[in-house]
Amino acid sequence: MSDTLTEQKPKSEKPPKQKKPASLWSDAWYDLRRSKVFIIAAVLIAILVVMSIIPGLFSSVNAFDSSTCDLSIARQGVSAAHPFGTDNLGCDTYSRVIYGARISIMVGVFSTLVTTLLGGLLGLLAGFYGRWTDTILSRLAEVFFAIPSTLGALLILAVVGRENAGIWTVVLALSVLAWPMVLRIMRAAVMSSKSQDYVIAARALGAGPGRIMGRHILPNALAPVIVVATMNMGVFIAAEAALSFLGVGIQSPDISWGLMIADARNRFLQAPEALLFPALFLSITVLAFVMLGDAVRDALDPKLR
Amino acid sequence: MGRYVVRRLLQAIPVLLGTTFLIFALVYALPGDPIQALAGDRAVDPVFRATMREMFHLDDPLIVQYGYYVQGIFTGDFGMTFRGLPVSTIFEGKFQVTLNLALMALVIEAIVGIGLGLIAALRRGKAADTAILAFTLLLVSVPTLVSGFVLQLLLGVQLKTSTGIDFFPVAGTSEGWRSYLLPGLVLAGTSIAYLTRLTRTSLMETLRADYVRTAIAKGMPRRRVLGRHALRNSLIPLVTYLGADLGTLMSGAVITETIFNLNGIGRQLFDSVYLSENSVVVGIVTVLVLIFIAANLIVDLLYAVLDPRIRYE
Repeated sequence: MSDTLTEQKPKSEKPPKQKKPASLWSDAWYDLRRSKVFIIAAVLIAILVVMSIIPGLFSSVNAFDSSTCDLSIARQGVSAAHPFGTDNLGCDTYSRVIYGARISIMVGVFSTLVTTLLGGLLGLLAGFYGRWTDTILSRLAEVFFAIPSTLGALLILAVVGRENAGIWTVVLALSVLAWPMVLRIMRAAVMSSKSQDYVIAARALGAGPGRIMGRHILPNALAPVIVVATMNMGVFIAAEAALSFLGVGIQSPDISWGLMIADARNRFLQAPEALLFPALFLSITVLAFVMLGDAVRDALDPKLR
Repeated sequence: MGRYVVRRLLQAIPVLLGTTFLIFALVYALPGDPIQALAGDRAVDPVFRATMREMFHLDDPLIVQYGYYVQGIFTGDFGMTFRGLPVSTIFEGKFQVTLNLALMALVIEAIVGIGLGLIAALRRGKAADTAILAFTLLLVSVPTLVSGFVLQLLLGVQLKTSTGIDFFPVAGTSEGWRSYLLPGLVLAGTSIAYLTRLTRTSLMETLRADYVRTAIAKGMPRRRVLGRHALRNSLIPLVTYLGADLGTLMSGAVITETIFNLNGIGRQLFDSVYLSENSVVVGIVTVLVLIFIAANLIVDLLYAVLDPRIRYE
């Protein structure tokens, strides 16, 4: 355990010009700003986030307004008026793809938030208190962990029923099965920093458990959790598309890329555009988050490189 | 070793019970009357209702119902659908399809993943290595949902219409093992990426080992060093990864089977979700979770057999 300190040395030898010594965070930020992968990912994600907040900026057609659809031009290919063609109902695929970003980003962000907070908090408690707290929480996590996530989410959403399905049920279904992974990582990180000298010193000085956890353990155990959280975001977005494709996730008239793929599926060979464009956007979004995860991991955990 | 096996098996029991209970409780603890659902809006004959409730143990507490369910599973009985069909007859023949698909994916994954990982590790830092790493990034990012349709279009349809090569059937299982090629490739996608990275890291680590340096120093041919010393030792994590992946692939086959119209268990799951046949859904998910857990358990045990250096308390 003690040689982790010496191993990390070479990475932290190029501190930026700052008055205080470089912390893990400023060091990581320094690395990130110089990473091409990070910059590409950040630009892509920034565009997607803007797209999901103000879709009108990218498309003059309001995709939620069904009067913009025209059945007489259904399943057309790429044209000047409809850069991505039109779908089964004659709606403009381009504007629908733009408006579809919101669901993906929201599911990704909120599922990550819920799993990180829940898994992180329980992991902190399990790692810090150990004994029966740890036993109960870890066993509980194991039970949830044993269910493959798409399968479990499919089951939960099937039970919830199509009439109640929507963005929040999808977030819930994905989160219920994904928090144990965060718990495991947080628990391991907390356990390894619990026995460090500075924690023992804080305890000897009379700090209470709340202060030790919040001020001393948490900042030092946070890095691996952040890495996993970033990586999970892409996984959640892909899972949402899969669930919506299978018909248990987002329901029409909401717009989701998975749902668009499902709608275009039966006419795939005649009108591939209606399927390929949402598929392309989905892949780019997942790619952006995977790249972000890779970059963050490299910056926060140089050992893994 | 023996004690480790026993302990590991005992540890698996609470997880198995907890997981199956979780699945069971999720579906059965919900409000609503399934018997009423059978009859739609009409009133249900009280005698029929009583018989059905008795038959499906609906009046017992949840834990007792679960007890009956577990008891049934041990004898291969997954209960009945409320429409009166035994769930196990719905399973017939479908597991074989899913297993074939998963095995095909596993073979593709092993060949491509280990091959690419090998090249990347041997050409570390060179263009080939960078290209392979970028390729794995791409593989992880393209969801099955996308790669399935795209490959179906490119290899299944475009290739046929443009060159006349009709090698990849795009749907069904009528063409024997060839039917599984395209879906297998799609299903293997993400796993190929992970296996490539794992092979690369594992081999790079072994190549740094003292015994490899010794072998090179004493003048052994490179090929022999690689085959006999490096590769054999870096294979252990790969074999275990592949083993555990079989469970993941089988449970991940839902999308692939739906896209390629394979009549497997995943496709059945999709259909049952659509028809709201919850008892079939629970049955399938339970079986897949059992396979998933069993695969992981076997791999854990295999690890102990393959690598005698690992000592378990």
